Amino acid sequence: MSATTTLAPPPRLQSALVLRGLLLAGLAILALLPLLNRLPVDSVLHVSDFIVAVTGKWICYGVLALAIDLAWGYAGILSLGHGAFFALGGYAMGMHLMRLIGPRGVYGNPVLPDFMVFLGYAELPWTWWGFSSFPFALLMALLVPGLLAGVVGYLAFRSRITGVYLSIITQAMTYALMLAFFRNDMGFGGNNGFTDFKELLGMPLNSGGTRAMLFYAALAVLGLSLLLCRHITQSKLGRVLVAVRDAESRLRFLGYNTTHVKLSVFVLSAMLAGLAGALYVPLVGIINPGEFSPGNSIEAVIWVAVGGRGTLVGALLGAFSVNALKTWLTSFAPDLWLFVLGGLFVAVTLFLPRGLVGLMSRGPGR
Amino acid sequence: MSRLLRLLPLLLLLAGPLRAQEGFETAAAGLSGGFAAQVEAVDRLGALGDPRALPILRALSEGRLQKTPEGVLVIGGQDALTGAPAATASLETVRINNRVRGALRGAFGRLELASFSVAERISAAGGLFRARSPDNIAMLEDALGRESDAAARTAMEQALAASRLAAPEAAVKRQGILLLGGTGSPEARSLLLEARAANPDLAAEIDAAVSAIDGRLQLRRAAETAFQGLSLGSVLLLAALGLAVTFGVMGIINMAHGEMVMLGAYTTVVVQGLLRGTPLAPWALPLSVPAAFLVAAAVGVALERTLIRHLYGRPLETLLMTFGVGMILQQAVRLIFGAQNQEVTSPAWMQGIVTLPGGVEVTQNRLWIILFALLVLAVTVAAIRFTRFGLEMRAVVQNRRIASTMGIRTGRVDAMTFAFGSGIAGMAGVALSQIDNVSPNLGTGYIIDSFMVVVFGGVGSLAGTMIGAFTLGLVNKMLEPWAGAVLAKIAVLVGIMLFIQRRPKGLFALKGRAAEQ
Repeated sequence: MSATTTLAPPPRLQSALVLRGLLLAGLAILALLPLLNRLPVDSVLHVSDFIVAVTGKWICYGVLALAIDLAWGYAGILSLGHGAFFALGGYAMGMHLMRLIGPRGVYGNPVLPDFMVFLGYAELPWTWWGFSSFPFALLMALLVPGLLAGVVGYLAFRSRITGVYLSIITQAMTYALMLAFFRNDMGFGGNNGFTDFKELLGMPLNSGGTRAMLFYAALAVLGLSLLLCRHITQSKLGRVLVAVRDAESRLRFLGYNTTHVKLSVFVLSAMLAGLAGALYVPLVGIINPGEFSPGNSIEAVIWVAVGGRGTLVGALLGAFSVNALKTWLTSFAPDLWLFVLGGLFVAVTLFLPRGLVGLMSRGPGR
Repeated sequence: MSRLLRLLPLLLLLAGPLRAQEGFETAAAGLSGGFAAQVEAVDRLGALGDPRALPILRALSEGRLQKTPEGVLVIGGQDALTGAPAATASLETVRINNRVRGALRGAFGRLELASFSVAERISAAGGLFRARSPDNIAMLEDALGRESDAAARTAMEQALAASRLAAPEAAVKRQGILLLGGTGSPEARSLLLEARAANPDLAAEIDAAVSAIDGRLQLRRAAETAFQGLSLGSVLLLAALGLAVTFGVMGIINMAHGEMVMLGAYTTVVVQGLLRGTPLAPWALPLSVPAAFLVAAAVGVALERTLIRHLYGRPLETLLMTFGVGMILQQAVRLIFGAQNQEVTSPAWMQGIVTLPGGVEVTQNRLWIILFALLVLAVTVAAIRFTRFGLEMRAVVQNRRIASTMGIRTGRVDAMTFAFGSGIAGMAGVALSQIDNVSPNLGTGYIIDSFMVVVFGGVGSLAGTMIGAFTLGLVNKMLEPWAGAVLAKIAVLVGIMLFIQRRPKGLFALKGRAAEQ
């Protein structure tokens, strides 16, 4: 039953070089964007605030795509719960940002966020303890998704739930979390979520300078995630991951503990997704339970599929190109977007199993 | 007054049928007299139990009763007794005082207990239950002797018990307590608890009666929960049955399954729209069932032949691809019908509430859906067990190549099986249109639950699907009262995950398919 797509031969050296060049050029252009935004408005090279904001979002999506690719493209774990890990990281950061609003809220309560005053909370619930500290919130953005992935992964991998069963289980997890976060009495803002953030690390969030800083922070995280994933996939562990994907039973008979391998990569991947969420929330200024919707997770999976799973460049390429297409299309034909997205699911799985990267490297086709 | 009331049965005996007519008119005449005469007249009218007195006494209490100087009673320009047009000049409103009002209350209760309408008798008994005065005991005993309607009897017995509880004599009180303890109503329970403080000497009896009521209430609540659980289970069964065929039997993971259900619900909307105004309109819902089956099956065949066929053996890709197809179907329906909820009417025979023995109330449509789900299950089982198509299907599932060498066209069987599973999903949509909002994302809410049912019950086993659906429905509804709907759902999901730890292949694992690949 497991997905035994035969491992494609490595792209030829030449195309690998082309891809690497593309990647570096892309990162360089991204790095330039906030600077170009500072140019006078009438300049030819001026980049609008909108473009910077949107690309900042895509960078976070890029980190998420890397996380999914690590689990799915390399280890063959098709998780439909990465949107939930992303949202959990986002909520952790959102809670920090809510605590920083302090007495500037509508009700002016120095401790309680507005929605808690509104719901009649007497004091801060224990789940919110410690979130006034930035390092703690960041740690939680990594630990909570990691822990959840650890528990779910342990239960699933231990009883050898693989393939679509794992996908369904993770989707059910995402769905359950969405239902839970929509509840007001969970103490996480109900269906309104968190918004109206004021500052982060002492910098006002509405200033252009802070936005640029956040943009660069996200870009730095993207770069570091890329290096980390590259290090992992090129190490011996990376070879084992691919082996788990292609022939798990054989690997198990060879004496590898595949449960541990899968669990560690799943947890790491979830933490990376949480980090992406934590970067995303200050950039977009809002987080609500809609982020947990199962559709989001599966959409993120399709970015990776479009770009080309099993290659890190492909994940980034997919995240940026699909989201660029989405932003462009929804601006003038929003009704069409879901047809196109659905069509992408069909086209990629039927005709482009190796994604855009596979198309470029022109390896021997299926 | 109370003495007079106790004499009531005697008075009634004396007032024979012949004398009743005469008595009614002479008694009514007293209403135009002084306050003392009015009280006597009201009491007599009440004692006579003639329903004709009711409108006159109501008019009196509401200040609408008038009289001519000659003492003829008039209501709204008509003679109160004969209904003939009456003189309108020099009319005077009949005044009453508090004593008369008190007498009127008693008479009302008695007259309404004798009313021709069952509903009015029940409501009168309810009023006497709340009044709980020992004065009403004789009246209620008498009314009970004449009552034949079961519901009215129950209400009167309760009222009688409550009245007895308020009597001064301990023996009568005991009777009341015993009677109340025999009912299963929360009102009787609170009445007993109230009486407990006032009657410390009867505490033991009252406690016994309260615990008897509690037991009955608990039983009824359990029965109601069980019904709700069965109802949810039948919905889950309907949604999951099609999946049990496509995923369970064929191993195709179809994320667009929810959209097949949605298409079935929209077919119902369309069929109802087409038949509106025609003589067939009341049959729209039954006719929607085959229509929905055909629509969903046609979409299923198209999907299988053009797309899914190419991805056999690659479940993860199938999952993603069918999710995309679901997205397209949803958006297409949204563009054609709009995003708002569609209106579906229920036929008359599906509306209303049925009271099962023991006072358990269930809605008709839920009952029908349970029956429908079981029927669909039976048809599915029969189709797989006893038809040529079912035989070929099982053969292909067991060994595709051997089946092929035996002359079975496996590709055709694949398409047929997928169409069959999709068609069942379409029929589920007809049922769900009766209890859920018909909107383009109707199916998304069911897809995860359906997969849970199939995985829990055991992939490839229809019996497992049925038991899985009803188990999940019952557990969900049992958890709900103390955990809330959402937490109950989460608890069930976590429970399934833990269950799969013990039995990775579900409740009913198929033998021989356990080995991977």
